[in-house]
Amino acid sequence: MENKLMDSKYFFYRKKITSSIMMSLTFIAALAAIIPLIFIFYYTISKGVTYFNFNFFVAMPKPVGESGGGMANAIMGTLILIGLGGAIGIPIGILSGTYLAEFGNNKFGFLVRFMTDVLSGVPSIVVGVVAYTMIVIPMKHFSALAGGIALGILVIPTITRTTEEMIRLVPSSLREAGLALGLPKWKTTIAIVLRTAWKGIATGVLLGLSRAAGETAPLLFTALGNRFWSTNIGQPMASLTVYIYDYAKSPFEDWNQQAWTAALVLILLISILSLLFRIITRSKYKTN
Amino acid sequence: MNNELSDSIKDKLTRKLISSHNMGDFIFEKLTLLFTVSVFLLVILMGYEMYQGSRLSIAKFGWGFLSSSTWDPVQEIYGALPIIYGTVVSSALALIIALPLSIGIAIFLAEIAPDWLEKPVSFLVELLAGIPSVIYGLWGIFVLVPWLRQSVEPYLSEKFGYLPIFTGAPYGFGMLAAVLILAIMTLPIISSISRDVLKSIPYSQREAALALGATRWQSTLIVLKDAKSGILGATMLGLGRAIGETMAVTMVIGNRALISPSLFDPSYTMASVIANEFTEATSQLYLSALTELALVLFVITIVINALARLLVWSMSRKWKTS
Amino acid sequence: MDIKLSIKNLDAYYGKTKVLHNISLDIPKNKAVAIIGPSGCGKSTFIRCLNRMHEVVGGSITGSIMMDNEELSKKDPVLLRKRVGMVFQKPNPFPTMSIFNNVAAGLRLNGIRNKKIIAPIVEKCLKQAALWDEVKDNLDDSGANLSGGQQQRLCIARTLAVDPEVILMDEPASALDPISTTKIEDLIFELKKDYTIVIVTHNMQQAARVSDYTAFFYIGELVEFDVTSKIFMSPAKKQTEDYVRGRFG
Repeated sequence: MENKLMDSKYFFYRKKITSSIMMSLTFIAALAAIIPLIFIFYYTISKGVTYFNFNFFVAMPKPVGESGGGMANAIMGTLILIGLGGAIGIPIGILSGTYLAEFGNNKFGFLVRFMTDVLSGVPSIVVGVVAYTMIVIPMKHFSALAGGIALGILVIPTITRTTEEMIRLVPSSLREAGLALGLPKWKTTIAIVLRTAWKGIATGVLLGLSRAAGETAPLLFTALGNRFWSTNIGQPMASLTVYIYDYAKSPFEDWNQQAWTAALVLILLISILSLLFRIITRSKYKTN
Repeated sequence: MNNELSDSIKDKLTRKLISSHNMGDFIFEKLTLLFTVSVFLLVILMGYEMYQGSRLSIAKFGWGFLSSSTWDPVQEIYGALPIIYGTVVSSALALIIALPLSIGIAIFLAEIAPDWLEKPVSFLVELLAGIPSVIYGLWGIFVLVPWLRQSVEPYLSEKFGYLPIFTGAPYGFGMLAAVLILAIMTLPIISSISRDVLKSIPYSQREAALALGATRWQSTLIVLKDAKSGILGATMLGLGRAIGETMAVTMVIGNRALISPSLFDPSYTMASVIANEFTEATSQLYLSALTELALVLFVITIVINALARLLVWSMSRKWKTS
Repeated sequence: MDIKLSIKNLDAYYGKTKVLHNISLDIPKNKAVAIIGPSGCGKSTFIRCLNRMHEVVGGSITGSIMMDNEELSKKDPVLLRKRVGMVFQKPNPFPTMSIFNNVAAGLRLNGIRNKKIIAPIVEKCLKQAALWDEVKDNLDDSGANLSGGQQQRLCIARTLAVDPEVILMDEPASALDPISTTKIEDLIFELKKDYTIVIVTHNMQQAARVSDYTAFFYIGELVEFDVTSKIFMSPAKKQTEDYVRGRFG
């Protein structure tokens, strides 16, 4: 009886049709995800080009009410803030990732791995609050340093975990070759293991830094913002993201336009960052 | 004599070398350990700092902070209920939209798409995750919100105005805009992790189903059942992201501490309150209340992430060991 | 006959599992000793005890291994491994380094930076490893782009550069084609004039061709150790005879 039911044409076709419909729906879902992406890129580029010229990169913002001007200070500020974040996050991330890969097969390693995963889920605004209470309050004023530290904290989990994974991918035969040459473990790790894994690690660093470049929330009350040129990390500093936020909310249409251009510059900056790393990491030697 | 001397020097040198080698390994291990401990301590320090910062508010309002519905900086009364409501509702609704789409994308990428299509589509979806949140917000203000105000909301209130969720004036700025943006932003996270989860299930599972005469969809359903806990984990990671998302939400949600059933009305989330009001907080109590919000957000996201990681992790372990 | 390495009552363990049982043998200086036996008989473990690589993977030993009358376990493993080099089964050149830097790696990382000192050593070692003529024009290319046989000779050159006294080879030709294998065998024949060589091999012809002495291992025990010709022509033990005649293994 049951076999007959299964063999019946009706059941067979229904089964086939359901399958085709559901499979097509998944394709539509994939399309649905790409549509907003196209929209966002379309608007950023088409609206951003209006002010996208040389002046935007070298001129300072004009006072309220005057149109024109550029965001030289914000571009510089974003670069400095990423630099600060990297200076804090990269060494901590790489060294702790190395520890986890080389010595971390124990309870403590497990705990730290868990902590970094948890840290990667902490909202960036919360990190901003912490940087405020830890640095801005004792220093008694907003500073780029506080913003850099907040960004540094945010990049740690990405760098730590990629470093660990990349080191674990290095075949143990290379480690053995190093030890068999009479190298102590630390030299083997630095000169052979890290050297072999560095492209992967650089990718993780890039990923972390490009995310940091797009962060706004942790800068709002740390680096704050600055309408003037400043490279002093002890003082408030402008950044592209905070400018986008301020200019997007502003009632001046001219500033709204500039927000789009800043967004375009930010996206370009993030793309250049990834391109730059690809060039640096493109050596003639293979990494298996 | 000469030979002896050089031998003793050699011996000394060797001994020095031995100790320096061991010393090198010792220093290397301890140095990396130091940085590792710093990561560990950092998380604890963050919690501690925020607890210290919010003591004033905790002492004054106690648990009432979470259950009282007045957020009034002028009167110095801080009750976070409407803010928690806004956070929970916006995130939950965003997930209701994003989850089916994400699972669809994950199935498409892991089960159906050929290699040449999977790679570019995966790349585009991941690109979506790489767009800075403030750019989502910018797009929200100038594209999404006007579209909602002029087309979507008037249409919805005309056709479905009898539903309480579609009442009120169509501002554009409000819960609906935040929900849509959050859905777009959580989509890449949930779909890419779900795809990895699906891919971690051995191909033999599908072959077994297909060999029994199952269609592609039926075999996918079997795989989905295996992947359940992993996908749940991915969803929770998406939830964590939605709850903590700040800029895009702040820019479109309207920023008013209000409990309203209508999706058209403005609302507020914990993250957007902090972003909006932190620099304006003039009194100690105000700052303390905002810090307490950050602490609550911190604890919630930690719990959600811990659970999510455990789920994804137990899932990948299951297939690794078998 | 000078004895380079003297092994007495060696037991080796992985965790609690005993993999070598009471091995005793003397390895003479500047000779090639072949270790033969079926898979899983402890050949590799045995030679990894000789440069203390066994403990790197969590193993431990009891008994005594003496090199030039000094106990290995009392020596610093790092210094020991400079004197006892090792060539692995699969060629493992450092993929991020050039051919030149692969050979120079051991020197550089041991603190010798002067290129005037390094360059002639690199050339000498590449010549010794019979690789010089093939690579002298592209020393800056990646070591990973060489063929498998060339890679293995590069690894031998890399080992020679640290100027070891003993070279351990763990099935150095098992992953290579016949022509490369012949080259490696010729090389071993040359090298044993200056170095003490211990080579693990699956291949009995290879053992017969290159070695002066042969040790036959079976399930973690040393069955027989003697002059190679004796092991292959008239072994004392039945088990050895069965193995070298190809009756099992």
